[in-house]
Amino acid sequence: MLSRTASNLFWMGRHLERAETAARLLDVGQRITLMPNTDEGYQSEWASLLQASGTSDAFAAKYGAVTQEKIEEFLFFDRDNPSSVVSCLQQAREGGRIVRTALTGQVWDALNVAYQDLRKIEKTPRDKIDMAELTDFTTRHASTVRGAINATQLRNDGWHFMNLGYCLERADATARLLDVKYFVLLPRIEFVGSGLDTYQWQVILRALSAHRAFHWAYGGDVTAGRVADFLILNGESPRSLITSLYEAVWHLEGLARRYGDKVPTTARDKAREVLERLQNQEIDTIFDDGLHEFLTWFITDIGKVASLVHQDYLQGGV
Amino acid sequence: MNFYNEMYEGENVREPYARLRSWVETMPDDFRQMKQAEAEDLFRRIGITFAVYGEGGDPDRLIPFDMMPRVFEQAEWRRLERGIKQRARALNAFLRDVYGRAEIVRAGRIPARLVYQNEAYEKSVVGVVPPRGVYSHIIGIDLVRTGKDDFFVLEDNCRTPSGVSYMLENREIMMRMFPQLFRNNRIEPVDQYPELLRRTLESVAPAKCQDRPTCVILTPGHFNSAYYEHSFLANLMGVELVEGQDLFVDGEFVYMRTTQGPKRVDVIYRRLDDPYLDPLCFRPDSMLGVPGLMDVYRSGGVTICSAPGAGVADDKAIYTFVPEMVRFYLGEEPLLKNVQTWTLWKPDDYKYVMENLPDLVVKEVHGSGGYGMLVGPKSTKAEIEEFRKKIEADPSNYIAQPTLALSTCPTFVEEGIAPRHVDLRPYCLCGDRIELVPGGLTRVALREGSLVVNSSQGGGVKDTWVLTE
Repeated sequence: MLSRTASNLFWMGRHLERAETAARLLDVGQRITLMPNTDEGYQSEWASLLQASGTSDAFAAKYGAVTQEKIEEFLFFDRDNPSSVVSCLQQAREGGRIVRTALTGQVWDALNVAYQDLRKIEKTPRDKIDMAELTDFTTRHASTVRGAINATQLRNDGWHFMNLGYCLERADATARLLDVKYFVLLPRIEFVGSGLDTYQWQVILRALSAHRAFHWAYGGDVTAGRVADFLILNGESPRSLITSLYEAVWHLEGLARRYGDKVPTTARDKAREVLERLQNQEIDTIFDDGLHEFLTWFITDIGKVASLVHQDYLQGGV
Repeated sequence: MNFYNEMYEGENVREPYARLRSWVETMPDDFRQMKQAEAEDLFRRIGITFAVYGEGGDPDRLIPFDMMPRVFEQAEWRRLERGIKQRARALNAFLRDVYGRAEIVRAGRIPARLVYQNEAYEKSVVGVVPPRGVYSHIIGIDLVRTGKDDFFVLEDNCRTPSGVSYMLENREIMMRMFPQLFRNNRIEPVDQYPELLRRTLESVAPAKCQDRPTCVILTPGHFNSAYYEHSFLANLMGVELVEGQDLFVDGEFVYMRTTQGPKRVDVIYRRLDDPYLDPLCFRPDSMLGVPGLMDVYRSGGVTICSAPGAGVADDKAIYTFVPEMVRFYLGEEPLLKNVQTWTLWKPDDYKYVMENLPDLVVKEVHGSGGYGMLVGPKSTKAEIEEFRKKIEADPSNYIAQPTLALSTCPTFVEEGIAPRHVDLRPYCLCGDRIELVPGGLTRVALREGSLVVNSSQGGGVKDTWVLTE
């Protein structure tokens, strides 16, 4: 496969996942506004969500103070924001267009329909659209694309690259969300374990569409330890770090098997190493050693895996 | 002016259109609109778009599709086919000649100036004979009809003719929407085209190629207006669609960058103009090409389709000599006629054209896509005078032709069905054999009375049928 094709497939996966992340953030924002809250709290939670998407500075520079309309504009419509739903879907579709030869008709169709519908929404006056529609739109189309990928793509190297993009992006997004919770949301350390704390952990769960799943898996109360365990170490949780990484390793193994020993496997070796470290972790030790430190390590290492993928496969061995 | 109507002979419907007409007659009004919307939706969803530059608006515009097909009888088609193949052979013989001994120039049949001062003449490939002596591998010959037996060649496209994806997609969509029509009419298939194209490319692999040849399509990238076509063909042929950045030269070969390391490339079907192929040889500022590609080409390490320099044969000035080429190289009489053409660098022609501008069509020698032309009868006095100044400034840059009475074909328009002017571009493939599929791209001028069918000028497309006996 052409290196450029592989690269576009990899990034298509990343952008699709990123679009969903942006939509999730919007959804959570919507929920926050429905809760009784102080103005201050409301503001700070929006701010933390921006932080989660790594875009609070860009937002502040362009929009100033936080309002719901501005957030909606920024997270969904803004083409200057590379992480907005519109930007991500457009980039995914553009990437797909470039590698159409590597996509099935159904995947292209799903991607293209999503983009065409998106352009319709863009042309609709903003006061005619409610936020729930926007998040529904995104998750629905993202699911259709992913469904088409799973149902129709050949299980070849292209499929592995696409999914690798998906899982590395997912690992990164989950880790960042967790990190934001730990540092940004709570005004002071005394709030740990308080009602506000619990509520915020729930928000994180919702942001990852994992609210229900969490209760199925753990029952009982929402506590920092349980949520962190669910999102970091639980192999049944679809967006947990360990699941994302497990899948990344699986796809990298698939590539290594296909390509044989003529092609370097540094990305796979690194991903295996990170996975192994996760497998030997206990949630208590993570908290004892510092959640933020742990997440910083993880985010850095996921970045390393991604750049090794680039080195191993996307430069054409030159 | 009287226009030949493809469907009627006087009051009577011509035989090949008989079944079509009854289909149209029994069609309820809203059915047509419904189907038209359905067709557009299909095109949009498949993503068949055509980018039109410099017009603003939707960058992914659809080319209007007309559901009323154009039909050829078997016998009509066979005649055209023989004429097209003959012309293709002559054009390639000409190219072989002018990059070799140039017998035709020595014999005084074509002025040396037209060949050697031609912008498309590529000195750097003189004496380089590509595999099987083929320079132009895909030739799109534009034809118009003015009467039952009167077909004229309007233009030869020897470089990278586009539009073949529309030929295939139009058929696909017609079959999907109107299966009944295909059961009732015996229509020759065209979908073997990609397979034929692949075979043609493989058949011209360089002698240095040992195994099964690796062919690729080289595109300028996804911003190009024909990008859809490039990816479409690559897909159907099962070959890689590459950009310049995917290729590199190492030693005597060209390679592509793959996830498993470098892979040798034997045949490049390029959809990129000569000046962009190799920055070391042509435009140094171009990022689209492959540095060193021309060296590999000249030393026989790779085949480039069409060969660099092939454009010298499809120039509008050279066009006037194609019948001469047929006689000179093949010793045959041309089966297809040229349109009468005045070349403005000849004093007599110049005088005649300047006196009759309002009745003529004037074209720039290197123009394409319906740009840089004057359609006398459709232009205002002011436009004509403006063009006159341009011609005066550089007469040898222009040719003129009579306004042809292009045939019309019934076409769905707002008010129902009306005759609209059409042309035809079949695609002839030249490798170890010369072949074409029974069909082509019919372009239709959707504006009433318009004779310009180019998609960049608001033209549409329709399916082209060749009926079996």
